[in-house]
Amino acid sequence: MAYPAAVKEAWQAELAGIREKGIYKEERFIHSPQSAHIKVEYPSGSALQDVINLCANNYLGLSSHPDVVAAAHRALDERGYGMSSVRFICGTQDVHRTLEHKLTEFLGTEDTILFASCLDANAGVFEAILGPEDVMISDRLVHASIVDGIRLCKAMHDTYKHCDMAHLEQKLQEHQDKRVRVIITDGVFSMDGDLAPLDQIVALGETYNALVFLDDSHATGFIGKTGRGVHEHFGVMGRIDIITTTLGKAMGGASGGCVSGRKEIVELCRQRARPYLFSNAVPPPIAAAGIKVLEILSANTERRDKLEANAKFWRKGLIDAGFVIRDGDSPIVPVMLFNAKLAQDVARDLYHEGIYVVGFFFPVVAAGQARIRTQLSADHDIPMLARALESFKKVGAKYGILGLDKKGIIEKYGQ
Amino acid sequence: MKDMILEYIKNEYLDEDEAEDTDLNENTPLISGGIVDSFSMVSLKRFLEKKFSISIPDDEASPQAFDTVTSIIALVNRHLAKKGA
Repeated sequence: MAYPAAVKEAWQAELAGIREKGIYKEERFIHSPQSAHIKVEYPSGSALQDVINLCANNYLGLSSHPDVVAAAHRALDERGYGMSSVRFICGTQDVHRTLEHKLTEFLGTEDTILFASCLDANAGVFEAILGPEDVMISDRLVHASIVDGIRLCKAMHDTYKHCDMAHLEQKLQEHQDKRVRVIITDGVFSMDGDLAPLDQIVALGETYNALVFLDDSHATGFIGKTGRGVHEHFGVMGRIDIITTTLGKAMGGASGGCVSGRKEIVELCRQRARPYLFSNAVPPPIAAAGIKVLEILSANTERRDKLEANAKFWRKGLIDAGFVIRDGDSPIVPVMLFNAKLAQDVARDLYHEGIYVVGFFFPVVAAGQARIRTQLSADHDIPMLARALESFKKVGAKYGILGLDKKGIIEKYGQ
Repeated sequence: MKDMILEYIKNEYLDEDEAEDTDLNENTPLISGGIVDSFSMVSLKRFLEKKFSISIPDDEASPQAFDTVTSIIALVNRHLAKKGA
């Protein structure tokens, strides 16, 4: 074993550099199930604090739902803990097949293949279907895992300005000489909470003979009238060629993701997608819980309706209080602070008020666009959100930012 | 050359409101300043290659080489000289 001192020192210096820049990420230890109310130990070793959680992807409040937990328990007893195999050797159970069928039905596609995560789905899908004669044209704000997937693929890539349809059209015109064009977008953009104009994207795809790829991780289960996703919201179900999404957010929140779409694309993923071929099958309890989640969501729209109402209340409350927020129709509501230090200070003060939120800044979001991203859940209720709003107002007043617009905040704190 | 590249960067990477707010000149840090992300840099590379009929190898198209229009011009000139030689 060799761990040269020079290498160790170089990495220590890198870590020190991350700390100096103020972008060192620290974990907070939660001593309760994931929920709207959690018990947090932060900083490490300190007494537990009860806080309202406004930063989980637990949009539908299903992460600790008794029926979901019971389904996982049952599968643990009846199908075991793990598969000790990739899918194509001896890792496929009946629960995997059922979950894939149910996801296909729910998303309105032709077929579905499970991955260990949506990150894996995004990492594997492009390389499995595209080659050097093709082009991938992605929105500039797509998720990091898509960027990684694109980098692993030999096809040419290009980008268009965020949600800018004129720019996308220009790029589609430029790349008419390619065999396959794929337009790549998130459904809901995770840092801004805005929706991709999917109806226009599909129309452009049809005009310029391009496939449409949609990562609907921050939408599956709750966007659209029956929660099918952004394609349902814009009335283009059945017209999306590739959907990737996750079970790790609204859909129970454990792990697992999928590629769902055209039959041949899914089949090629089963043959070629490296994260599918070389990593374990989704554990049986997680697959069974995923099936239960889809049953819950298919029975009624109660949870997504409550989430929508919560998000409306929260957005209006923040605007009325005088915060600058990003417009949108999703339960991701960014409170814009523009300055990185201000975002961290406000998040820290809110934590002391019993509100758990996190400040985001460059390079996670664009330079000068620091923010606190708040995320609503069907587990929240209006009194809880009203309490959280009071805390936001108190802290906002302390920093003198209530009623200030972008310019005003930047004048006061810099960008 | 400078104006042409600046014009391309403005159209390709900045939204209308950003274009008004951003003081873009030949020494503005593009990548480290967050105007151009390293992933989207590829269209600028292709623009330069097409416009000046040069080929920039991927290992030369580094975020450092593309960080300012001044450094981009230096890179293009090196390749133009090579082509002329």
